[in-house]
Amino acid sequence: MVIDKGKQPQRSRLAVAGARAATDSIFTTSSKSDRVANVLFRALLLLGMGFALLGLAAIIIWSLVEGAPRLGPELIFEGPSSIRPESAGYRTAILGTLWVIGGVVLFIVPVGVGAAIYLEEYADNTRWWNRLIEVNIQNLAAVPSIVFGILGLAFIVRGPLSLGFVAAAGSFTLSLLVLPTVILASREAIKAVPNSTRLGSLGLGASQWQTIWHHVLPGALPGILTGLILSVSRAIGEAAPLLLVGAVTFVTFDPSFFESQYSVLPVQIYNYAGRPQEEFRVLAAAGVILMLAVLLTMNSFAIWLRNHYENKNKR
Amino acid sequence: MISKKWLQVAGVAVAIPFALTACGGGSEGGSEGGDDASEGGSEVSGSIQIDGSSTVGPLSEVAAELFMEQYPDVQVSVAMSGTGGGFEKFCNGETDMNDASREIKDEEATACEGNDIAFEQVQVANDALGIIVNPENPIDCISIDQANQIWNEGSTVATWGEVDGLESGDLASEDLTLYGPGTDSGTFDYFTEAVNGEEGVIRTDYTDIGEDDQAAIVGVEGDPGAMAYVPYSYFTEAGDSVKALQIDGGDGCVEPTLENVQNGSYSPLGRGLFVYASDLALQEQVAVEFMNFYIDNSGEITELAGFVPLTEDQMADATAKIESLTS
Repeated sequence: MVIDKGKQPQRSRLAVAGARAATDSIFTTSSKSDRVANVLFRALLLLGMGFALLGLAAIIIWSLVEGAPRLGPELIFEGPSSIRPESAGYRTAILGTLWVIGGVVLFIVPVGVGAAIYLEEYADNTRWWNRLIEVNIQNLAAVPSIVFGILGLAFIVRGPLSLGFVAAAGSFTLSLLVLPTVILASREAIKAVPNSTRLGSLGLGASQWQTIWHHVLPGALPGILTGLILSVSRAIGEAAPLLLVGAVTFVTFDPSFFESQYSVLPVQIYNYAGRPQEEFRVLAAAGVILMLAVLLTMNSFAIWLRNHYENKNKR
Repeated sequence: MISKKWLQVAGVAVAIPFALTACGGGSEGGSEGGDDASEGGSEVSGSIQIDGSSTVGPLSEVAAELFMEQYPDVQVSVAMSGTGGGFEKFCNGETDMNDASREIKDEEATACEGNDIAFEQVQVANDALGIIVNPENPIDCISIDQANQIWNEGSTVATWGEVDGLESGDLASEDLTLYGPGTDSGTFDYFTEAVNGEEGVIRTDYTDIGEDDQAAIVGVEGDPGAMAYVPYSYFTEAGDSVKALQIDGGDGCVEPTLENVQNGSYSPLGRGLFVYASDLALQEQVAVEFMNFYIDNSGEITELAGFVPLTEDQMADATAKIESLTS
């Protein structure tokens, strides 16, 4: 039931062409000062983008230069070592990160998207409690991550859930941290699905649930995935809350989800970067590259998935 | 139609960690194949969780690694949330041992008692706090009184020239930049007690580097007027990029060398590093083995981690303490 935008009727195509010509004529007769301002504005925009890229480029180049001697398969397949920093790697930390992030994805997809569907499709906006929920979700997105760490320590590691210092506790804590972002992004995506799609589906006798599952969600999927990519990227880089919920710095055995101690990449890198020995700092720089690689791999999978659905929707 | 896709996605997401665990497990088996030290040690197994000081942490890591080479069935993990942060978990019964770069505080001991956790303090190495300055700084020796003038609570000393009796030469008008660890650090507690007479008493306008002592080295290296205090391993590893001052604790200037730290003449900034073990943990044979291993191999472990080894007397003392907890 997706409305086809490709085949506009002849009349509207003419109207569009006329509007474009009119706009063009206004801009081509612009005065000299307008043109100068135009160039200046573009220069400012470029400068802004340059700053953003400069920071990123500085980190990547510095890590590449510093960490170059340690880039290799050892970095992925060897565990940490305090005795042999020159051959130590990040295996246990990578596994820890995958467990934690895997848990985050499995948790935030149903919960986050579910909450968004409720708020967009079912909730009655005129009720005060629904509006209260909305405001709270927006506020939660701005809470510092360390606060979620304390929450995780008090309610997930200890207290009601008492999971202990395991990867699952880290996973739940990070899930709570990024959940607001997922909900907000998913809501926007669901909102962007044209109402005519819903009406068409309902008009043909589909139930509300069938309408959402078969028409609204597929249409909103690219947008939802974008929100997920952003959230997971944030979760991967978090160190502060995980330090509180038990990510340790030295684990030589492969971690599991509910039982053993675990470490994650950012915590391990932070720890190595602060060591007195030069070899560890080289290892830390190589770890930064490794973390960027892990992040890119996970994100490119999500981006591939998003493009896949985007193309499907267009057809 | 969407459900099938989602199942595929979820399946892939779950499969990745499993696949990597499998690969990792394989390579682990390979690396242990050539280890002949594991003979006879296979009856010891179990896990030990250590937390605490970021100064002692690297030392415990080395000990843990050597120990696990000998007993491959043992899992030792080491975290570093600071001496104080570690005691909080230790006295809550969440860790087996706590690394400490100072002695346990009364309120921490009370917390342990409240949870019925008996513990023993075992010294595992010697350490020295070095007061470091930029190599361009003409000063070679500082007395505790002078350090106190600079670091004490309410101190207004802003340039090197303002410190009584310091021949700071060209540096006299240079701004004094100070770096120190955060309040969760045992290094902080020890330094404030030794120099300012009371734990936690210190001026507030210095740069707080948290648990990252290396940041102090970087800071002092790049600023001729800077000063910081760091553990032994940091200034020895830093080499010529910073200068560790001699300390005059009342009996003349003493250099922070291995001998001076061991024989106690580097005073009052020489200190012991400890591991606290709970009686509960030491009911497990693996923990007892680990502690004894830690002490017996003090020489090798401290050398690898960059600390000052225990003396014969200290080793005998530590062994006796472990025995007292296990009997």
